[in-house]
Amino acid sequence: MLNASLKQLSALLAEGKLSSVELTQSFLDRIGQLNPSLNAFITVDREKSLAQAQAADELRAKGGAGALTGIPVAQKDIFCAQGWLTTCGSKMLHNFVSPYDAHVIEQFHRAGAVNLGKTNMDEFAMGSSNETSYYGKVKNPWNLDAVPGGSSGGSAAAVAARLAPAATGTDTGGSIRQPAALTGITGLKPTYGVVSRYGMIAFASSLDQGGPMARSAEDCALLLNTMAGFDRRDSTSLEREKEDYARDLDQPLKGLKIGLPKEFFAEGLSDDVAKAVEAAIAEYRKLGAETVEVSLPNSKLAIPVYYVLAPAEASSNLSRFDGVRYGHRALEYTDLLDMYCKSRAQGFGSEVKRRIMIGTYVLSHGYYDAYYLQAQKLRRLIAQDFVEAFKQCDVIMGPTAPSTAFSIGEKSDDPVSMYLSDIYTIAVNLAGLPGMSVPCGFGGNGLPVGLQIIGNYFSEARMLNVAHQYQQATDWHKRLPPLVKGEG
Amino acid sequence: MTLALDDVKRIAHLARIEVSDQEAEGYLKQLSGIFALVEEMQAVDTTGVEPMAHAQEVTQRLRDDAVTETDLHAAFQAVAPQTEDGLYLVPKVIE
Repeated sequence: MLNASLKQLSALLAEGKLSSVELTQSFLDRIGQLNPSLNAFITVDREKSLAQAQAADELRAKGGAGALTGIPVAQKDIFCAQGWLTTCGSKMLHNFVSPYDAHVIEQFHRAGAVNLGKTNMDEFAMGSSNETSYYGKVKNPWNLDAVPGGSSGGSAAAVAARLAPAATGTDTGGSIRQPAALTGITGLKPTYGVVSRYGMIAFASSLDQGGPMARSAEDCALLLNTMAGFDRRDSTSLEREKEDYARDLDQPLKGLKIGLPKEFFAEGLSDDVAKAVEAAIAEYRKLGAETVEVSLPNSKLAIPVYYVLAPAEASSNLSRFDGVRYGHRALEYTDLLDMYCKSRAQGFGSEVKRRIMIGTYVLSHGYYDAYYLQAQKLRRLIAQDFVEAFKQCDVIMGPTAPSTAFSIGEKSDDPVSMYLSDIYTIAVNLAGLPGMSVPCGFGGNGLPVGLQIIGNYFSEARMLNVAHQYQQATDWHKRLPPLVKGEG
Repeated sequence: MTLALDDVKRIAHLARIEVSDQEAEGYLKQLSGIFALVEEMQAVDTTGVEPMAHAQEVTQRLRDDAVTETDLHAAFQAVAPQTEDGLYLVPKVIE
């Protein structure tokens, strides 16, 4: 059962061979057993989860079940869920029991899915290693001394160690794809605007996008079917026809044109990652795909541009945490200004403070044109590179991350080296394109490698097809971490 | 661009984050490293390039000017640090 796909679990539930209560119970037991060593969850609430499972079983008995009814899904702690502690990995929200549901949470609720708990994450989604969480570091199930990536590292570790059949994540600069790569799971960041940001605690609003993290592309398609959809409460939610993202999974890949950006295979890429990615591309050729070299000449500027734009938006978004309406308030202060300054100094961790300060600076008088405006202009050049590249190919492929999972503590004192771990993912967010990571082998240290698949706007169904066909021909996505091996 | 300790303290004040002198020293070092990275942007001539604020070229939706929200103030204020009679309490601002 631990290794069953969502489709298989759904069939077991439909056939009455398993109830949602039993299924949820077994994952809760597993969390109880393994979470102390992984720290993948911030909040687990057996009673709430089991009550939802009970409701799902009742819904099924009444004949109202859909594909995800009764399936437990772990939710990144960035999504507000009514009655659940929602911390966003921060001390600032250590006491925030959300009074409302995020759109994504509502969508899962409507589908009859069970909230299995809230997963650990880098504080306010700022980080690539899950070391910035106020609730402790998350461990990589493949090697407990390694990071799981970030910021959706709790979700990634939970799925990789089979503490959850599936999970949600959010991706502002790579926060779904990079942890998916580092833990050997499949993750998809949709086109900007496909998944509502309502109730998803904001980091950088023009880049943030929620998406599924699961064991396979097929599972991701089922999850995206539930997560996607227009929501008027998000001013950037796109009004589009409802799609079935699983519709093209079985299409053959003959004639698929894969663009390989030369900049993604240059200096800075580890040899073992390059080797695994090249082997995956060779597999695609066997499946009938053709490859063509493309160029993304401005992608080298993606990191500097991102570290102006994302902090600028964050400094504005995080100004709402002032100790007045919710969240942490300092115990002692002299006046209102002192209350703001102390509450924020105590509530935010150092990475969040750094980014707020960068953002405050680049938006301040005298620096706006040189930094913020210049970054916005470069953002257009970066996005245009992709427009040109997609004239020659259907999808772009390359590594998700420059190396396999690094050791805990290795980069935590050097923000710039940490930022470079998102070098291949950030440009995709700046352009607003969809991107995926799919397990494609292992590095020299036995840790997973991810293949990144970048699609054109709204081509999620095609990307999932491209990933699914690879997963029919290979079994990297079925490999289990040593922690899980030998279990049933 | 070179940051000085006073710049860091000024930024922290604008951001409403209290920092000690010792913390400011640490931020100075880290922020200087990040700004050195950001400086790479200046090498590109972007004359005539339209700034891109957003991933999708869409205009803001409008809605009818009608009440759509229900009164949830009790639920929202239940998570506030301090309230009284439906108001948020903060230290006295006007003497």
